[in-house]
Amino acid sequence: MKSVIAEDLVKTYRNGAVRALDHLSLDVEEGTVLSVLGPNGAGKTTCVRILATLLRPDSGRAMVGGIDVIKHPEKVREVIGLSGQYAAVDEILTGWDNLVMFGQLYHLGKKASIARAEELLERFSLTDSAKRPIKTYSGGMRRRLDLAASLIVKPKVLFLDEPTTGLDPRGRQEMWSVIEELVKGGVTLLLTTQYLEEADQLADEIAVIDTGKVIARGTSDALKKQVGGERLEIVVEGANIAKTMEIVAAVSGNKATLDEGLRMVSAPVSTGATALIDTLRSLDDAGIHPLDVGLKRPSLDDVFLSLTGHAAEEKKAEEVETTGRRKKAKK
Amino acid sequence: MSAFKDTMIITQRQLRLLTRVPEVLIFSTIQPVMFVLLFRYVFGGSISTGQPGGYVQLLMPGIFVQTVAFTLAGTASGLAEDMKKGLIDRFRSLPISQSALVMGRTLGDSLLNIVVLAVMGIAGYLVGWRPTSGALNVAIGFVFLLLFGYALSWVGIYVGLSATDARVVQNVSFIVTFPLTFLSNAFAPTTGMPRALQYFAEWNPVSTMVAACRELFGLENQFGATAGSFPSENPLLTSFIYMIIIMAIFIPVSVRKYKRSAD
Repeated sequence: MKSVIAEDLVKTYRNGAVRALDHLSLDVEEGTVLSVLGPNGAGKTTCVRILATLLRPDSGRAMVGGIDVIKHPEKVREVIGLSGQYAAVDEILTGWDNLVMFGQLYHLGKKASIARAEELLERFSLTDSAKRPIKTYSGGMRRRLDLAASLIVKPKVLFLDEPTTGLDPRGRQEMWSVIEELVKGGVTLLLTTQYLEEADQLADEIAVIDTGKVIARGTSDALKKQVGGERLEIVVEGANIAKTMEIVAAVSGNKATLDEGLRMVSAPVSTGATALIDTLRSLDDAGIHPLDVGLKRPSLDDVFLSLTGHAAEEKKAEEVETTGRRKKAKK
Repeated sequence: MSAFKDTMIITQRQLRLLTRVPEVLIFSTIQPVMFVLLFRYVFGGSISTGQPGGYVQLLMPGIFVQTVAFTLAGTASGLAEDMKKGLIDRFRSLPISQSALVMGRTLGDSLLNIVVLAVMGIAGYLVGWRPTSGALNVAIGFVFLLLFGYALSWVGIYVGLSATDARVVQNVSFIVTFPLTFLSNAFAPTTGMPRALQYFAEWNPVSTMVAACRELFGLENQFGATAGSFPSENPLLTSFIYMIIIMAIFIPVSVRKYKRSAD
């Protein structure tokens, strides 16, 4: 059974000047995780807001948990949990206050609200900071609390809109393990993200969206294959290039290409790590010691470039700067 | 019934915020108390009223009304802040009465007014304010003030939902409330104003509220405009009608706007 169905959703802003969703359709099978992957402004948030009853589409149809989102939003709200891009909790109140308040708003009653709040705080490792105002929390803690708030009554369908955007690597890792745990518990999850890695880690299926439309759909492996799969890359001394190309071609079953400047031999491979080991073994047998070896996976940028012809992330000046610095640090 | 419960929970949240950030409560009482002292001692000496007890008797109703009028700004900027932080989205995605959030906020802000008015009343008493009309009338006067604040906080909901930035909201609210409170009989007689302004001041809801409170506190309203006009003859009734009109317009309009705020 499909827990989420969106059909032909159209949403425009400013009297049609901005088309946020352009006949977007997608669905999520019950108990599975769909990741909606796309750059900023692709329509991810608009899509989630429509499914979570916060926004009415101009046209199209949407069903969540078998209920029509447009006709019966109040019923949909009973079966969903939503955690947005911004931690939507009261910053002045404590974590405990927030969860108890939301529990009461779910009509759990005071006692049950407190019990549930404590249970969730424990589960998300927030018990120690339960009595501190949210504004003293780290980014990762806020997101966890926000997620906890969307789980007060076990939702049938959970929407997570960019749950890790803006978190540092550690916060992201923590968030991922929390989400993975939820997924194991069998929740139906629709998750939006800008990061292929995140979609890869968490989703059963990925819908790539751009300019308000789904442009590709499938498992992460299928999408990567669509983009060209992995490439084996080997850097060797100039004298060994010819022999290396022979070996790489033999192992991969594909034509090896050479980047002369980098002295890098590369070829697409379908068997991933196995191909890497086989190649290394053959090189070793031939007495060749590679200077550098690697298996390059397609990045979100690769997926996007190949699907849309433009890069995925509209990089802001500061992001470019950080990336630049990171590259320098590697050297 | 559950709409009422939801509203109460939101109201509780408003009140809990006050206990978590006591500064809000402190500053929302310090400001009006400061006004009481400034007006009492700066203008009090130069405005002769002929009233027993002097200027402070006329001043206090004016300051009470001004203070509750500022509820508009408080409600508006609080709501704008919640919107900015995405908190409103969370509330809207919950299976609760969709108007509970705005209902709860207006109620919570009105409850804050009780505290503020009490502190001001005490401050006024200390500098010589002595209502002469008996406890019941004074109590009715305060209820009247609270109701006025409640009506205006609905205007605040509308302003808060309309604006894009919490700071803009603050400014817009003051642009609305400052002229209203000063183009009135709250602090000085309107008779010194140019004719057009006098007319405005006479019909200004702030003036009718102040006049109504003066009446309820047992004073002759010496700052009133032309005698014989409807609002100055019937300040209580006029104020009441104003409040009904404000609520009749702004409650449905604000609730509607809130429900559609995302579209």
